[in-house]
Amino acid sequence: MKLVIKDLHVNVETKENVENNKTTSIEILKGVNLELNTGEMHAIMGPNGTGKSTLASVIMGDPRYIVTQGEITLDGEDVLTMSVDERSRKGIFLAMQYPNEIQGITNSDFIKSAMQVRLGKDKHISLFKFIKEMEKSVSELKMNSDLPHRYINEGFSGGEKKRNEILQMKMLKPNFAILDEIDSGLDVDALKIVGENVDAMKGENFCSLIITHYQRLLDYINVDHVHIMVDGRIVLSGGKELIQKIDQEGYDWIKAELGIDPKINQEYLTRSVSLGSCALNTNNSEKK
Amino acid sequence: MNEKNKEQVIDKNINKVLEDNSDLKEIINDIDYKYGFVTDVENVYDTGKGLNEDVVKKISNYKNEPDWMLDLRLKAYSHFKKAKDPKWGPDLSDINYDEYTYYIKSSKAVEKSWDDVPKEIKDTFDKIGIPEAEKKYLAGVSTQFESEVVYHNNLKELEDLGVIFCDTDTAVKKYPDLVKKYFGKIVPYSDNKFAALNTAVWSGGSFIYVPKGVKVEKPLQSYFRINSELMGQFERTLIIVDEGASVHYVEGCTAPIYSKDSLHAAVVEIFIHKNASCRYSTVQNWSNNIVNLVTKRAICYDNALMEWIDGNVGSALNMKYPACVLAGNGAKGVTISIAFASTNQYQDTGAKMIHLAPNTSSKIISKSICREGGVVNYRGKVKIGKEASHSNSHIECDTIILDNLSKSDTIPHNEVNNKTSRIEHEATVSKVSEDQLFYLMSRGIKKEDALQMIVMGFIEPFAKELPMEYAVELNRLIQLNMEGAIG
Repeated sequence: MKLVIKDLHVNVETKENVENNKTTSIEILKGVNLELNTGEMHAIMGPNGTGKSTLASVIMGDPRYIVTQGEITLDGEDVLTMSVDERSRKGIFLAMQYPNEIQGITNSDFIKSAMQVRLGKDKHISLFKFIKEMEKSVSELKMNSDLPHRYINEGFSGGEKKRNEILQMKMLKPNFAILDEIDSGLDVDALKIVGENVDAMKGENFCSLIITHYQRLLDYINVDHVHIMVDGRIVLSGGKELIQKIDQEGYDWIKAELGIDPKINQEYLTRSVSLGSCALNTNNSEKK
Repeated sequence: MNEKNKEQVIDKNINKVLEDNSDLKEIINDIDYKYGFVTDVENVYDTGKGLNEDVVKKISNYKNEPDWMLDLRLKAYSHFKKAKDPKWGPDLSDINYDEYTYYIKSSKAVEKSWDDVPKEIKDTFDKIGIPEAEKKYLAGVSTQFESEVVYHNNLKELEDLGVIFCDTDTAVKKYPDLVKKYFGKIVPYSDNKFAALNTAVWSGGSFIYVPKGVKVEKPLQSYFRINSELMGQFERTLIIVDEGASVHYVEGCTAPIYSKDSLHAAVVEIFIHKNASCRYSTVQNWSNNIVNLVTKRAICYDNALMEWIDGNVGSALNMKYPACVLAGNGAKGVTISIAFASTNQYQDTGAKMIHLAPNTSSKIISKSICREGGVVNYRGKVKIGKEASHSNSHIECDTIILDNLSKSDTIPHNEVNNKTSRIEHEATVSKVSEDQLFYLMSRGIKKEDALQMIVMGFIEPFAKELPMEYAVELNRLIQLNMEGAIG
């Protein structure tokens, strides 16, 4: 399968001030081009505030972002016109940076529902197989065995939430998994566990797009494509050698070599705290 | 203080403390009610429309009641004539009491076995699945069909334990001493207009007596169903749990749709003696043309526990505030409730906890949901009296408003009258979060299902307290009510 992003421009609306309810549109992605094929493992690196997480959210269909130009296609099919749930059922997955807490629904019921919806009305998940698989995945991620019975992310530590995202990925077996800073909030041991589990997903039907600004996670995941994103564009693509270079030299060399100033979009960063009205849960907005 | 004096003081306190209940306004009747089927039943006897002293006498006479019950009915009726609607809550001035039929009898006797139940009635029950439910689960079925219990089956094991479970009419005849002792003692007819109305024309309802030390393990259960146009439903339930005993009673109801409004004014009285406990679970799903004005009250003596598990999904107008009077040292009251209001529905529900003795505690968890123009209010009263030292109460009221057409208010009345007690009150009102919807949908779950999941998760603290089959039914009801809820 092939996921292609062409000349993608994306805006976010921010409230200028609360009183007059006026909104301003800020462009965050300024023409992103990217091609992902199953069987490949990609990483996107770059300084904070350059649009990496925005790209992840837009591929999944987060309603807070407005695509102003460009296209995303999955095997030629227009992804941008698909609803969020449809994208998921077609094989796109987003491991979120700030996963939501939802009371009263157990992880197990949630994941089961998500698996069932992929089967359609006529087929049913074998409960026995589901439980076995869930137990196996939970233990591979070294999570507590009571996890299936706990409510979705409720009372989870930051690290537990991230592992829970990976658990869902393992259970749902997407074709394209976008991992949005899955390494933030993980300690060294957890980082290793998460990294190894992601790496184990590798295969001809799987492609991962790993968003990170540290190389640590990539010690455990063997990626073959590395992209560097600066100021809303992918400015450089290459292989693993880029990881090391960033690790050793940071991002300053990009300016020298490419003539691009990897400045952080300060305007976006300061305003993003009051993202559009839909962002009820402000800790889910892209503040950093 | 001896027991008798103590009870008198308590009775006095109760009357002083409780001013209460009930309801209504003009109702709308073009509602798409999913259980709206009508079974053609030949009514055996009815009193015709309207209410007067003669009707009250006819009811009593028809039931062959002892004089003391007739006297009580007549006193209640004369009080009802004078009584005013509550000064608060929904406007009830549009109820026309002459438009209702106050008594209909559809089956001649209380049937002993399922085989004897008339076929039409069985058909109705089949539609709501009672026989299956009974086979699986019930320790005894007492099914209210119109005004009278038509089917009643006491399992032998209950009888062996000395538990009495019958309809209240039968109890008046078979256990007059017990009924006399308790009937109208915690909800006197003078309590409120609708308690007076109920006392005057009551019919049916369940009577339960659990003897000292007996723990009834399976829930006792009954279904109520209104099946006649404009017929009032005035059942009277009386539960007595003697010292150290325990019982769980489950009341369920669905009702068919009619073009005219229907009035329902039940009274439930529960007496829980020392060290005893009672749980009363109900999911009220009257069709959306019914005005439901219910007085439910329990009194807990020393170390007794009362739990109201109270679901409100149906009715056009519903006023219901299950109350616990914590009259004995260490008594405990719990109310866990949900209210769901959709188009043309007004749910004014809540709870009352009246602390009259030391070391008492209470907990209220209320979950409200409204959509499509529905109105849902939490109205509650917690009073910790002067004598109720070292007591505490915890109240949680959460509301989800699903769209901009719907409305919700939280109207708590909390009062502490001593220095060693405390009340905690938490309330939240929220909309369904876009982020939560996005999260669930990003795993492939469709928007309507995601919304439903969030709502089901929201009421989970209530649903988990229900017996399994009721939880399943609640699930289905919420699903029906949520259809087309995407906005």
